[in-house]
Amino acid sequence: MATESLTRNARLDALAAAIREHFADQGCELIQAPGELTLIVPAERLLAVAPILRDHADFRFEQLIDLCGVDYAAYGQSEWTTEEASFTGFGRGVDRDLEVEQDDPKRFAVVSHLLSLEHNHRLRLRVYAGGIQPMVDSLISVWAAANWFEREAFDLYGILFKGHPDLRRILTDYGFVGHPFRKDFPLIGQVEMRYDPEQARVIYEPVSIEPRVLVPRVIREDSRYLKNGVGGESSDA
Amino acid sequence: MPEIRNYTLNFGPQHPSAHGVLRLVLELDGEVIERADPHVGLLHRATEKLAEYKPYNQSIGYMDRLDYVSMMCNEHGYVRAIEKLLGVEPPVRAQYIRTLFDEITRILNHLMWLAAHALDIGAMSVFLYCFREREDLMDCYEAVSGARMHATYYRPGGVHRDLPDRMPQYQGSSKWHSERTIAKRNGARQGSLLDFIEDFTERFPTHVDEYETLLTDNRIWKQRTVDIGVVSPERATQLGFTGPMLRGSGIAWDLRKKQPYAAYDKVDFDIPVGVNGDCYDRYLVRMEEMRQSNRIIKHCVDWLRVNPGPVSIDDHKIVPPKRAEMKGDMEALIHHFKLFTEGYCPPAGEVYAAVEAPKGEFGCFIVSDGANKPYRLKVRAPGFPHLAALDEMSRGHMLADVVAIIGTLDIVFGEIDR
Repeated sequence: MATESLTRNARLDALAAAIREHFADQGCELIQAPGELTLIVPAERLLAVAPILRDHADFRFEQLIDLCGVDYAAYGQSEWTTEEASFTGFGRGVDRDLEVEQDDPKRFAVVSHLLSLEHNHRLRLRVYAGGIQPMVDSLISVWAAANWFEREAFDLYGILFKGHPDLRRILTDYGFVGHPFRKDFPLIGQVEMRYDPEQARVIYEPVSIEPRVLVPRVIREDSRYLKNGVGGESSDA
Repeated sequence: MPEIRNYTLNFGPQHPSAHGVLRLVLELDGEVIERADPHVGLLHRATEKLAEYKPYNQSIGYMDRLDYVSMMCNEHGYVRAIEKLLGVEPPVRAQYIRTLFDEITRILNHLMWLAAHALDIGAMSVFLYCFREREDLMDCYEAVSGARMHATYYRPGGVHRDLPDRMPQYQGSSKWHSERTIAKRNGARQGSLLDFIEDFTERFPTHVDEYETLLTDNRIWKQRTVDIGVVSPERATQLGFTGPMLRGSGIAWDLRKKQPYAAYDKVDFDIPVGVNGDCYDRYLVRMEEMRQSNRIIKHCVDWLRVNPGPVSIDDHKIVPPKRAEMKGDMEALIHHFKLFTEGYCPPAGEVYAAVEAPKGEFGCFIVSDGANKPYRLKVRAPGFPHLAALDEMSRGHMLADVVAIIGTLDIVFGEIDR
């Protein structure tokens, strides 16, 4: 078991070295964590990097396993701060208002997971898409599987994919307004639907329920995880 | 000459062979499909968004409801991602129990697929037989977790509890079931859960033979599936196929072998692979997978019988303490309280963990910012890219073949719409 994970780590190191060698001049950043490799690609280099990852003998990432959007607007914010509670006392109330920075260029990211059947490797690609009008190049010309995944990221986060032939909403209702997985979109939604007997049709109204937090979101430093944590050190590729 | 125009047909969302709530907009030239446009999302519940607002453990139950015919495999994917984030490894007995139940789940799923697929193409009796066997397997679920389907049995650090020593039995006679019927039903239920599962593994290969007798050489079955929905190996990888869909096209890729997790590196099984990549080959692949799963289950039962031990780790920051302990131990009580009111905070980072679910690769991508709730959870559902390929697979086929192709995709809307 131990030797197996050892060889797996050695193979991951070899892959990391190959990536550093190939993409040193592309402005990419490689993050290496135990068992995981993340390559941060500048948005304008994406369509140059992706075909190399797919076709080059060192990589052969034939499969796009997954592609999704991430909204980093509220990253690291907690609803309940108790760090200094022993000295000052604290309220039970939950601080619910997240501070969302709309125009942070690193607000939206598109994260794709690649898999190489030939080498049995995995790699994560992260591309920052910008804040106000997030847009990245579509990967559909490199991996056909990107089609629906990109439609989903567009639907849920409003990320536009340049070159996608059919960028329609996919999961939300016909006529839905907004992008529901953004951090500034409330969990309870904006509208609710009911049948109105007077107008004899289904109507939409603003939601009548109140948001409720059962378990507050807290962030605690835990020294146990620091030694072998997933965070890992990052280095320029 | 009359003018001939393309015809647009709306299929579903309330069609029995739409497997739930699939709406297909089909463009037809006569009876030939020109274009198929699946409209999904009718079952969208925003599981991933809900998970962002709950402590890690409270979302395990949502995983059952994603692909609601392979419940425990979904839990396994999610729980494995959390374990990877926390850096914990469940004890070996828990690994075997997970392997056992993953394979039970695989059979459950494949039986459901076979039943529905055969029914869609017109073979009624297979449906009834498959559900007979599913009943026994769901009893196993119930014995171990209390629920027939949505078990929430896997937990970060192990499984919820050990396998029961007694298999629950049917009780009392009624006007529908006589004493004799009840006694017959309880025949295999005299011993422990493992006895019951072992009895099932003895019976099951014969049942698979029965299904095969009905279908494999059946002329109508072959006419409906051979050369329908052919996918080449190159297209299968391009389209993001995994699981039986990929293996049906001839690529021997199985995460259980290639990136082993749980106890899969310790059990013996083979990966069936198709040749032509049509519906018939995928049918054969799944049938053989059921036999292989049966082998794995047998192996796990033998191992579990002779190797008692803990079924979850002893870290009460992640796994709640035993109830008896809580009665006398203050520390255990505090652990319990903190765990259920707040949960645990894994370190900040990103993980992706995948399992070979019956339908393909089920993966969970978790972004953590060090809070007690995931910052972002992305569920990689195997059915999603499969259904996306429906357009390409059905082009040029007849209308009736669309039903066969939907069947062979093995789609469940719980996971596609999420």
